[in-house]
Amino acid sequence: MTDTQHEVEQFLYRQSELLDTRQWQAWIDLFADDGVYWMPADPAHKHWDGVPSIFAEDKSLMAVRMKRVLHPDAWSQRPLWGTNHVVSNIVLLEGSPKDEIVVRSRFHMMELRRDDVRHFAGSYKHHLKKIGGDYRIKLQRVDMTNAQAAYDYVLQVWV
Amino acid sequence: MLQERVPDLSRRLSDYVEPDRVRREVYTDPAVFELEMQRIHERVWIYCGHESQVPKAGDYYTLQIGRQPMLMVRGADGAVNVLYNRCPHRGTLMVGDRYGSSGEFFRCSYHAWTFHHDGRLRNIPMMESGYAGTPYGREHPDCSMKRAARVENYRGFVFASLAAEGPSLRDFLGEAIVAFDDMCDRAPQGEVEIVPNCFRVIQKSNWKIFLENQLDALHPSVTHQSTGRAAHEVEKEIEKQTGKAPLSYHMLSAFATVTIDKWDNFQTLNYPHGHCVLTGYMGLRPKDPDTLAYEKTLADAYGQKRMEEILAVNIHHVLIYPGLSVQSPLQQLRAVRPLGVDRTLTEIWHFRLKGAPEAIYRRSLAYYNLVNSPATLVNADDLENFWKCHQGLASQGGDWVSFARHFGRDLERNGVVETAPNCGTSEAPMRNQMKAWAQYMRTQ
Repeated sequence: MTDTQHEVEQFLYRQSELLDTRQWQAWIDLFADDGVYWMPADPAHKHWDGVPSIFAEDKSLMAVRMKRVLHPDAWSQRPLWGTNHVVSNIVLLEGSPKDEIVVRSRFHMMELRRDDVRHFAGSYKHHLKKIGGDYRIKLQRVDMTNAQAAYDYVLQVWV
Repeated sequence: MLQERVPDLSRRLSDYVEPDRVRREVYTDPAVFELEMQRIHERVWIYCGHESQVPKAGDYYTLQIGRQPMLMVRGADGAVNVLYNRCPHRGTLMVGDRYGSSGEFFRCSYHAWTFHHDGRLRNIPMMESGYAGTPYGREHPDCSMKRAARVENYRGFVFASLAAEGPSLRDFLGEAIVAFDDMCDRAPQGEVEIVPNCFRVIQKSNWKIFLENQLDALHPSVTHQSTGRAAHEVEKEIEKQTGKAPLSYHMLSAFATVTIDKWDNFQTLNYPHGHCVLTGYMGLRPKDPDTLAYEKTLADAYGQKRMEEILAVNIHHVLIYPGLSVQSPLQQLRAVRPLGVDRTLTEIWHFRLKGAPEAIYRRSLAYYNLVNSPATLVNADDLENFWKCHQGLASQGGDWVSFARHFGRDLERNGVVETAPNCGTSEAPMRNQMKAWAQYMRTQ
């Protein structure tokens, strides 16, 4: 195993752990200042800008989402709620742009909200860049297998 | 079972709705739901979709009208037809996918009966020998796909009614037709086209709870306070750094900055058939270069005076009862498809103003993504309330739902009920919807 493969794997594991333990600010801090979290509405879309998206958030919008979830009157987030992510199949992609690492992985997320269990699965594509010795996310693309299925209720936090 | 219960229900219906309150069974009784589907959704004009969803001959899009699986399909002659999604042979769904292309004709996956896009039978395998001596064949009506009784298209928006009799689409829409005029007029070319994406969200509540919320001006500052405050904080931060935050932040922060007492400044206009307009300026004319460029394209197309008229139309939402909520200034709509007494699907679409600059599309796209996507920062808390409402209405802790806010203060002129000045949070829209509901439900 190369050092890079190992580092990237540890980075992705840490990211999913931050979600499952609700360390929202630490999760946002994994992104570069111009980083974007994108969940396309349509797997055919190539770029996050200018198309309908389930999430298309820069760090400012991530801050809105975090502050909203933390507000005591975020009624829909009051009930018992939790997630569990598993990330696997982590592959470094060839031909990445200079000074960026592009890594594809697959995820499975189980969510509990009140008594309802939901499952979401799909693939991540992270564009990572070393900034000050640490990886930072320039772009995280999340292609959910069930992106186009009807949503029984909605998503409140990043997947 | 239903047959036995319905007459009984009809007698009770008059006790269910009073001018300022309704019985909880209206939302929770499955027999009421069945009767609603028969007497409301399967009779009135229901929004099917926009013609640009099916641009080429053979393109289809499926939808539900009441309990009926339907499809909207473009014919070779260019007309948009609405058919029951059903093969007349053995009842198989003609198409199983939500949308797609049927090619030159429909072909049933079971026994290969084929149909033209207007529903007429095209062929049956070995029809001559198989049906010799029977009345069945191309001319027999039972061998064609059934068409919706009536289909009308207004400025590209396709509606169908499953009842042969009833008011025309224009008469049904009445003043609420402004939803489509306002949307299309804002386009320099006078029409809109679909953005090919539908966000679909299921609500665990009765369909009427969603419609009542759409024009409820009292709820935003309570329900959406968390998002309003969060957006307001970030908006201030961005303004400190760059001087100006994107308009989408303002649209979200308004939930917190427009405090509960200020929502009375809004107004609702309540029309026959349960339709309603909520007025409220959405701050869509900032003096930024994008807006000024857009205003110039509109003025070039229509002249300065008409441009001012178009942009002065003061609409926040238009509700077209019983199944459509239109946010015309932002070119988006939500079609409400009841799935069961306690389950409702909303199909949420966005449109592009033909001839408008890209920046104007992107501005309303930001709203579509933030408010209407399945990761919505806003509707999530509505859905939570809808679920709680439905659960609570199943309780015997009380029998009535109250719509008494500002009751008796409404101003009625020529059949239009306007909320009085400074009574924008009036529950007049709910009273108006239930009045229409009761009229529909009493009509055998």
